[in-house]
Amino acid sequence: MATFAADSATTLQPGIQTAGVPAPKIDAGDTSWVLISAALVMLMTPGLAFFYGGLVKRKNILGILMQCFIILAALSIQWVLFGYSLAFAPGKGFWGGFGWFGLNGVGLEPYADYSATIPHQAFMIFQAMFAIITPALIIGAFAERMKFSAFLIFTLLWATFVYDPIAHWVWGVGGWLKNLGALDFAGGTVVHVNAGIAALVTAIVIGRRNCYDKYSSPPHNLPFSVLGAALLWFGWFGFNAGSALGANGLAANAFVVTNTSAAAAALSWAFLDWKFNGKPTLLGTVSGAVAGLVAITPAAGFVGVGASIAIGVLVSVFCFIAVVFVKRIFGYDDSLDAFGIHGIGGIWGALATGLFATKSINPAGADGFFFGNPRQLWVQLLAVVVTIVYTFITTYIIYKVVDKFIGIRVTGKEEAMGLDLTQHNERAYTMLE
Amino acid sequence: MKLIIAIIQPHRLEQVKEQLYKAEVNLITVNEVLGHGRQKGIDEVYRGFKETGNLMRKIRLEIAVNDNFVEPTVNAIMKGAQSGETGDGKIFVLPLESCVRIRTGERGWAAIG
Repeated sequence: MATFAADSATTLQPGIQTAGVPAPKIDAGDTSWVLISAALVMLMTPGLAFFYGGLVKRKNILGILMQCFIILAALSIQWVLFGYSLAFAPGKGFWGGFGWFGLNGVGLEPYADYSATIPHQAFMIFQAMFAIITPALIIGAFAERMKFSAFLIFTLLWATFVYDPIAHWVWGVGGWLKNLGALDFAGGTVVHVNAGIAALVTAIVIGRRNCYDKYSSPPHNLPFSVLGAALLWFGWFGFNAGSALGANGLAANAFVVTNTSAAAAALSWAFLDWKFNGKPTLLGTVSGAVAGLVAITPAAGFVGVGASIAIGVLVSVFCFIAVVFVKRIFGYDDSLDAFGIHGIGGIWGALATGLFATKSINPAGADGFFFGNPRQLWVQLLAVVVTIVYTFITTYIIYKVVDKFIGIRVTGKEEAMGLDLTQHNERAYTMLE
Repeated sequence: MKLIIAIIQPHRLEQVKEQLYKAEVNLITVNEVLGHGRQKGIDEVYRGFKETGNLMRKIRLEIAVNDNFVEPTVNAIMKGAQSGETGDGKIFVLPLESCVRIRTGERGWAAIG
């Protein structure tokens, strides 16, 4: 992933064998770092569940936790059966095809075009965690009102027809955006712009929550949201630094700028709250941290620490405007701001990569606008626009198809009683004992 | 003086509050309670164990009013809480013997408003 700007993964560091040389050697340090990173990214999805779960009404928290957890299970299976093949099997077409169906041919030896020093299956399982968290991000847009059965089908179709092709275009061997030279270190476009736009589409077509027209819907458990945001921050080190696909300097750079951007964005949002809403809020501060993590994701392997501060400070400004003003003006109910944070933050991160990228950080990358290469900004913009258009249209079609066959939204009565009881026959909190 | 006790659906609280403010009833106490009337609860299942006839979450309002405010208050609660389905709740109107405002020591109708 770190390397898709280069012709092959092997140009990243000197000393690694090239694709043509037989029997690439597995590096113990690289392998352990990528496996640990995969585990870190896995933890992000339950982390996201608590981040979102704390923000909904308490009659709906199990619904959110269940949606995130079932994605972890369902997409793990989808990925090893055919998802990985669609996204990463070599091919110049719409997606990678079924050549690696059931991990056929995905073995324990390295596959040099992706990662020359780790087992192919280590790369595969690291990628699996990205494929899992991306559809989970969309949950924030339609929280508290989607039928569970419809959600499952929608998510599987979305992963197959939206995530897998876009991952192929940006990261796969033969992917056309990869060949164009678009930079996306750890998934700003593939994960965040993609999920953010899908979130906007679903929020608009499913309609507002019944309670949302006149009344606000305050979080039922903010400490859960803080716990979730902290787990996201922690897991994001695997997401970004792990995307170096090796235990090396680039991983350290990604680690440092990831932490720095999150910190800058958390401070930035806290001060925006202080200025415009009277007091610095906890929810604003952790939202800022998440926005900072989103924005640095595509840039983490291409920019230095100074740029990461700028990226973090500014992402909170853009997301704050989207969440506080734009959402109110247009009146869509992006309930937990999946578009406002991941969509807007992801777009800013992708463009910021085109501004701040420098070959002095990553020789396999490219120089950005501020380093004498304005063309890179246009390539970044193109990748963003292509993702937005494709995701917008395809998500809309998938939504309408699922809605036609089984109906996506719960009834008004079910919505009033809450998803925990009506979709799962459970409740999160008892009142007596 | 009357004490009005109302049991309503939790998701109707905001609407009821809005109607009460419109009727200039600004002093209310809100409790979270469990109960059920004719409305059937939803079965819960935990690792295969079914719990039936469960109590539903409800909101209980307590409002002390002077006699001329009884009708406006009842009407406001009706307006905010009525959906026409079972489970909408009930309103009880009870005689209220006395009322004391702790801050001033006022008693009776003056203490309520």
